[in-house]
Amino acid sequence: MLLFLALPTLIAVGTGFVGTDGAFTLDTVAALTDPVVLAAFGSSIWLSALTAIIGAIVGALVCYALLGAPPAGPLRSTIDSLSSVLAQFGGVMLAFAFVATIGIQGMVTVLLRDTFGFDIYADGVWLYELPGLVLPYIYFQVPLMVITFMPALVSLKTTWAEANATLGGSARSYWLRIALPVLAPSFLGSLLLLFANAFSSYATAAALTSQGSQIVPLQIRSALTSETMLGRENLAGALALGMILVMTVVMIGYSVLQSRAARWQR
Amino acid sequence: MSGGFRTTGGVAHAPSRFVRGLILGVVGLVFVVPFVAMVEFTLRRGLVGGYDLHRWTELFQGGLTGEYKPVLVALGNSVGLALGTVAIILLLLVPTMLLVHIRFRRLRRALEIICILPISIPAIVLVVGLAPVFSVVARLVGSGVWTLAFAYGITVLPFAYRAIQANLDGVDVRTLSEAARTLGAGWGSVLLRVLVPNLRRGILAGAFIAVAVVLGEFTIASLLNRVNLQTALVVVSKNDPYTAVILSLIALLVAFALLMAIGRLGAPRRSRTRRAVTASPPQTATPTLTPTGDRP
Repeated sequence: MLLFLALPTLIAVGTGFVGTDGAFTLDTVAALTDPVVLAAFGSSIWLSALTAIIGAIVGALVCYALLGAPPAGPLRSTIDSLSSVLAQFGGVMLAFAFVATIGIQGMVTVLLRDTFGFDIYADGVWLYELPGLVLPYIYFQVPLMVITFMPALVSLKTTWAEANATLGGSARSYWLRIALPVLAPSFLGSLLLLFANAFSSYATAAALTSQGSQIVPLQIRSALTSETMLGRENLAGALALGMILVMTVVMIGYSVLQSRAARWQR
Repeated sequence: MSGGFRTTGGVAHAPSRFVRGLILGVVGLVFVVPFVAMVEFTLRRGLVGGYDLHRWTELFQGGLTGEYKPVLVALGNSVGLALGTVAIILLLLVPTMLLVHIRFRRLRRALEIICILPISIPAIVLVVGLAPVFSVVARLVGSGVWTLAFAYGITVLPFAYRAIQANLDGVDVRTLSEAARTLGAGWGSVLLRVLVPNLRRGILAGAFIAVAVVLGEFTIASLLNRVNLQTALVVVSKNDPYTAVILSLIALLVAFALLMAIGRLGAPRRSRTRRAVTASPPQTATPTLTPTGDRP
């Protein structure tokens, strides 16, 4: 436990502060302000935020659609399992799926080009660059939203709807005045979790792009494996430190929202 | 403004069948496209055009030998790692959780925090620190792929903990163990013959989740230069994308079957626990792969 969790984390953070001569230094941390690194953090945050927002909205819609379906029924259990597969297991395979779909010879690309005369790559191939990551990421963000948001939606109490109806409220007032305020912390919490999920995911991006490193996890890869950045071996540590900082902020926000959400879920 | 109160399936303000069908239909359609594309891709006949099954039959008649031998080796590695990780969970996590639950209840909060912590540390960050640790480990015991099981033991910790804890909350472990002790059982038989059978659903679910996570793991293995199923798939995809896609489809199906099995495990428990301990919320019955959906 200590050897494989605490130590690696400490080393990861620690190497950020240690120079090549082994002495304490802030130089490598200063590397975090390098324009390339900053740009990577920027695009990582942009990508995570965009896919988290889309994933959260679509996922919440799916959860709403599943409301009222029996929890142990075939529909719910199938969607639960599918979501888990896509959210946790997909990774590398999602990258393959998208090469087969919107790769240069992908099914959808060819269909659009030959049938509708519309070339999605008219301005160049973007699948292997940053914009190409958006679609695959959404495919694991939506399932994660379904898994994390469903319990909150299920815990809406029928008595609240009854009270609303007794007081002369409509379905509209139920959703706007009762359900939305109660669900808001859960929704925002799930949104943050989705952000953290996209921010830390590596497999899909690594399998899709073999060159270039537009996002932070890929920069860590090149910092770890590259032989050209001599004298900057500890850049990976500094990048890891930066990632941990972002993750800490996000996870603190998540736990605050989660405890607010728990108030209504008893 | 009409209809202040409407229920579908016993849930207030649930969508009608039509709306549900519409949303699920549209989202489902969008989600099914890449997988249809994967199947279509594997059936292509190359430059000639048209479709047939020859890639599938070739792959299976060849029995995954020769060119694809590395995939088989990698699958073996992954399965071995999955078993190793499950062993770590069964031999370390389960006894620790039981001990904390029965004897040292004050440590429960600390154990929970430690077990959930790996969620907030991305695997890619963990790998930065694991690299030096593993260079030491490699010097001591060799750089066998099995050493990864310890790292995986950490990454599956939150999932396994969640699954087992959900079961543990629904079973009165204390009374059970006290009853068994009063009847003259030693600690060994309390553990093996009383507690483990009562917790088998949680333990099984935890083990299945561990297997699914390990089989899907890519980040750590790839950056520490070890070979497992996912890294081998990437290597295969570089020179034979068709085979890589076929193997991915199979892997996805197997994972889906595995997770459906977990769902099945959770389902019957629901009625049993409700009868026994009414306090346990039904949501905890089905452990999911994700860390959240946490309820206090």
